[in-house]
Parts: sequence; structure tokens; C-alpha cells
Amino acid sequence: MLPHLDAAYNLARWLTGNDPDAQDVAQEASLRAFKFFGSFRGENARAWLLTIVRNTFYHWLAKNRPAEIVGAIDEQALEVEDAAANAEANQLRSADADTVRRAIAELPVVFREAIILREMEGFDYKAIAELSDVPVGTVMSRLARARRLLHKRLAGEFKPGGQR
Amino acid sequence: MNCQQAQPLLELYADGELDAAGMVELEKHVHDCPACSIAWQNARGLKKALKQEALYFPAPTDWRRRLQAELRSQTATGSRWNFLNLKWLTAATSGLAAVCATLLLFVTLARPSKEQRLTQEVVAGNIRSLMAEHTLDVVSTDQHTVKPWFNGKLDFSPPVRDLATQEFPLAGGRLDYLDGRSVAALVFHRHKHVINLFIWPVKERDALPAAPSPRQGYNVIHWTKTGMTFWAVSDLNEGELREFVQDYEATNPP
Repeated sequence: MLPHLDAAYNLARWLTGNDPDAQDVAQEASLRAFKFFGSFRGENARAWLLTIVRNTFYHWLAKNRPAEIVGAIDEQALEVEDAAANAEANQLRSADADTVRRAIAELPVVFREAIILREMEGFDYKAIAELSDVPVGTVMSRLARARRLLHKRLAGEFKPGGQR
Repeated sequence: MNCQQAQPLLELYADGELDAAGMVELEKHVHDCPACSIAWQNARGLKKALKQEALYFPAPTDWRRRLQAELRSQTATGSRWNFLNLKWLTAATSGLAAVCATLLLFVTLARPSKEQRLTQEVVAGNIRSLMAEHTLDVVSTDQHTVKPWFNGKLDFSPPVRDLATQEFPLAGGRLDYLDGRSVAALVFHRHKHVINLFIWPVKERDALPAAPSPRQGYNVIHWTKTGMTFWAVSDLNEGELREFVQDYEATNPP
């Protein structure tokens, strides 16, 4: 479990959006995971730990930022308009880390979570579905909508000659 | 395939979740369609932008240190409490008595076959050793160190072999308790997997027919030879465990 503390902290940091809260959430989750490690029978200890981080985070969110949890419960309410991001080539490759970081941070929490698990932790759809306790179809739609939002934000800033 | 069909598949493709047939069709379309080709470039560009190392927040060193200290102190108080708290012991004893009574009832009602029971014991022995991280009492890759170590600890001398050349290096051995007696447990490695091989003597007429039997995600193979029964258990797949058994049988004792 200890080798996965980076993953636990990274996920908590992205979900909470700041360091002190991330430390609290990741610590509580790690202690809980350690306590119940004896009952762990699966293969992937990292996925198991991140499941606990995620659950701990949503408890924390309900207690500390109840307004944000609306999006987490009723994600269909999150409007994502069809961006025309694919009409022309954008230059996302050259996007600097700060800009991308801001764009990810602005995503609704369920989208952000799917992006972190897919792109930073490299889990496949099935693993993300199990980890977040939703069907695979939901994972796919979350990723698609998250990427549309990211395209829109980043393409706006990185279109060659575009307004910035 | 047209653009409307292709667009949603691009992401699946980039994520490595598209099946082979879909991949062939999509590649063909993207090759011929400038709009989808741009969309594909954009999807890959976004992926690359998101995978930048600078976006990953590694755990702060202070936090990690504090957490490890906390974990250590919890483990320490946990075990002190377990052993010293008399009230807890009393409660546990009466609880245990109730469990035993239920178990006895269960055993009388549905007695599992000897093989089922032993498989269960062997798998439990394997899990126990891994959970407590107590796989080895004698740590040595040398069969001439491991074999004598059992002298005086068991009323038999287990055949110890090293299979390093077959890529199942011997890691060591320990004593275990199965089927109502002390047995030898040899530990072998294959890559990151651990194989526990339990050995004890049996009378020929008590020998169980050899058979593989998976249980709780572990594979178990047992066989009997020259008065000894062997039980190999591991999280390795059945094919590799079988290979181990064959290699073990094929290697002559030193």
C-alpha cells in the first residue's frame, strides 16, 4: 500500500483542489485502508486504495462543500455544449502545464476524477467504472464530456493567432 | 464508416479500448477523411498535454513521514491492546466458544471431503504466510542450508530442491501446521509470485489422488510420491504452477 501514497495524494489533491485538504483526505483514506488491508483480496492494491480515497473525498465534500456535490449527483445537469473544437487543428501539445492545470481544475468534479484516473493513473474504462461505482457507459460519457470541455478551453487559448 | 460514426470512436481508439475490427475500419476512414484526421490529431494532442509529468502532485515528504509514523504507532498500540487487555480476551474466548459450537454443528451436518478440507487448510496457510509477511524461517537459496535446518524440527526429512535454473529459485523454508501435524513449507519465487510447497509424510493408503483445484483465486496442485504428500499453492496461473510441479519432480534430490 505504501508505494501508492503518491497516487492517493495526487487524486486527493486534484479532487479537493488544495494541499491542506488533500493531506487530510489522503491521510484519512490511507489510515482506513491500512486498517482494513487484512480484508483486501483483490489484485490491484492501487485501485483499492484509490477507491477508498474517492469515498473519503465524497464524505468530506458532503460535509465541507455541499454545494459542489450537486454536480456529482446529477451530472446530466452539467451542460456541455458541442464544441466545434475539431474543426481545425489546435496546438494543445504546446500547452504549458499551468494552463492545462487550470483547465483541469475548472472541470466539474466527476469529470475531473475520470480524467485523472484515465490519463494520470492509466486505468482502463472497466477499472475506472469499478473504482467509481458506475457503469462503463457512464465512464465513457464522462471522459467524452470532460475532453470536450478541455478542448474548448485550451483550443481557445492556443489557437494560432487566436485571442488570448 | 462515416464521420458521425468515426468521431466517437476516436477517443476509444486513443484510449486503447477499441477492438481490432473497429480499429481497422477507423484507421481507414481517418486516413481518407481530412476532418477526422484533424480530430484525431487533436485527441492525441490533448492526451499528451494531460500526461505532462508536471501535472502530477507527488505526496509531500513531510506528509508521507507523518503518515508512516502514524501507521507505525497504530500497529504498535494495536498489538499491545490485543495481548494485554484481559476484558478483550474474555470476550474473545466466549465468542470463540460460540464460533466453535457453530462450527461443530456445521461440520457434523455437512462434512467436507478430506481433499476439500486439506485444500482449504493449504490455501489458508498460504494466505496466512503472505498476510503476516512471514513466509520464511530460514532464508536461503541454498538447498544444502535449507534441508539441514529442518533437522530436529520435524520427524521426517523433506526433499529440498532448488529450481533456480528452471526460473523457480528457492527462497527458503519454514515450519507450518497442516492436517493436524507439523509440516515443511518450502518457498519458491517466480517473478513477483510466491509458491508455497507444503510437504509431509503420509501412508500410501491415505494418499489422495493428484488433482488441481483452484480456490479463492489461488491454484493448488497436490501429489504423493515415495511416502510424502506435496501440496503446491500459489497465485500463479495453473499452467505455470503445473510447470513448477513437473520441474520439481524431474529434479533429482541432491
